[in-house]
Amino acid sequence: MSRKTLIPIGPYHPLQEEPELFKLYCDGEIVKDIQWVTGYNHRSIEKLSESKTYEQVFFLVERICGICSTSHPFAFANAVEEIVGIEPTTRAKYIRSIIGELERIHSHLLWVGLAGHFLGYNTVFMWAWKYREPVLDLFEMITGNRNSYAMFKVGGVRRDIESHKIAAIRKILSNVKTKTDLLTGAVMDDPVIHARTKGVGILTKQDVIDYGAVGPTARASGVAIDVRKDDPYAAYPLVNWKVITAEAGDVFAKAEVRLLEMYESISIIEQCLSGLEKEKEGEITVKIKEIPEGMGNGRAEAPRGEVFHFVVSDGSNSPARHKIRAPSYVNIATFRKSCIGQTISDATITLAGVDPCYCCTERMAVVYDAKSGKKIMNARELIDRSISRTLDLKKECKSNK
Amino acid sequence: METESIIKNFKEMFPSDILEITEKNQKRVTITIRSDAIIRIAEYLFKTIGFRFVIASAIHTRRGFEIHYHFSKDSCGLLLNLHVILDSNKPEIESLSNMFNASNWIEREMHELFGINFLNHPNQDKLISEGNWAEGVYPYRKEFKSTTEEKA
Repeated sequence: MSRKTLIPIGPYHPLQEEPELFKLYCDGEIVKDIQWVTGYNHRSIEKLSESKTYEQVFFLVERICGICSTSHPFAFANAVEEIVGIEPTTRAKYIRSIIGELERIHSHLLWVGLAGHFLGYNTVFMWAWKYREPVLDLFEMITGNRNSYAMFKVGGVRRDIESHKIAAIRKILSNVKTKTDLLTGAVMDDPVIHARTKGVGILTKQDVIDYGAVGPTARASGVAIDVRKDDPYAAYPLVNWKVITAEAGDVFAKAEVRLLEMYESISIIEQCLSGLEKEKEGEITVKIKEIPEGMGNGRAEAPRGEVFHFVVSDGSNSPARHKIRAPSYVNIATFRKSCIGQTISDATITLAGVDPCYCCTERMAVVYDAKSGKKIMNARELIDRSISRTLDLKKECKSNK
Repeated sequence: METESIIKNFKEMFPSDILEITEKNQKRVTITIRSDAIIRIAEYLFKTIGFRFVIASAIHTRRGFEIHYHFSKDSCGLLLNLHVILDSNKPEIESLSNMFNASNWIEREMHELFGINFLNHPNQDKLISEGNWAEGVYPYRKEFKSTTEEKA
């Protein structure tokens, strides 16, 4: 038996901004086996959820992931609405889809940036993150928050998108579209990116089926599954769009799927905005009295794939059981297929290829002065500053009208 | 239409294994089966009709340990829950991980959190609490009380 070298990635490593440990067993340059260790930061959200009311659970599940923070409330709302047997109003459906698709755009831009960073191609990283910024501003304008938007509730949404905001959203979106063109052109034609990602970390169709992989990871291997199409929810059946797939299954195909999906998302948002204009002002929530006994299966397509929430209600005001499956749970397991046989340097981009969940919600880093150790801002001042910034954005949006 | 024919064929294939069928609508069906039939039924769903294994959810109730195996038929949006009820005193069931890798981690997780034993599982090591949790204490069982709950 040949001797293998153990190369650890993690638990704390610049590649993974969350604590996870990948043990790569290498023979020379080649990865021969991989093991994954997690649980460094287990929060037991499923158990916590059983001690919270349905209204509170929305805020809890929103904090599962900092990037796709709306997909969990989305799936949870679908599950609870299935138990109650109601549908949100058309206006609420459009708003839900707009939030979901904006999130997809910002998440995919974030991934493209990080992928560039892992390849040592920091220009792509800086571009992508620069163009992502206006999308976050858009979120702040619509919801009041850059991340964790707190928009969802059982039966609808918390905030309306007023008609004067629609023009401002369209303006920023068209800008995002030109920048996406630029980025897509640069990434798809770049010989360095081709050399580093084509034929790397290939996942075959059979592997996808075997591991139950979802989202862009599955679609890049030619498995055309997308909950928005297969089991339509919110406003997705009301608009025209297509599922993007690629055949190669390598990292380049995953990038291609994500980049092209952004165009579909922009198109969906534009159609939803037109829908909102036609709908005029109206109710955004359906009032419900109580959650009856029963079971609900909620699904939503997050940027990384299908999010699944299984809720069992016993008729009380908190779930009796709440099972959550995030897409990374099934996608990360595919590393055994995609990484083994690669070189170590390719393994890093392969690990990043499925877009394992990262968190980047920190906005304000300097709160203490490094020299004196004194507090520069207290919590109240931070909140005031955040509110004043949101108000500035809203003013800007009104003056753009 | 596809859902109806799937359910009809299912009934014909496994008449003695089905205990109850609940059809909520065309896209949500729950089938309660005998726990010893899980392998042949899962094999039929996964290999013959092309269902995707989504995840499994375990629940600890008065009836014992219940597992819902969630299978999805993406071409028609059908989500089929295979429901089994296991004995409280000796919860065990055949593992599906030798058929497909998708169930590997979730079975390890259920073993860890509920203490359900999956027979013939390739590796039932702890998945999420390796090295920092007592043996034989299962936090998702109903009798488990956290330290904050105990204080209260």
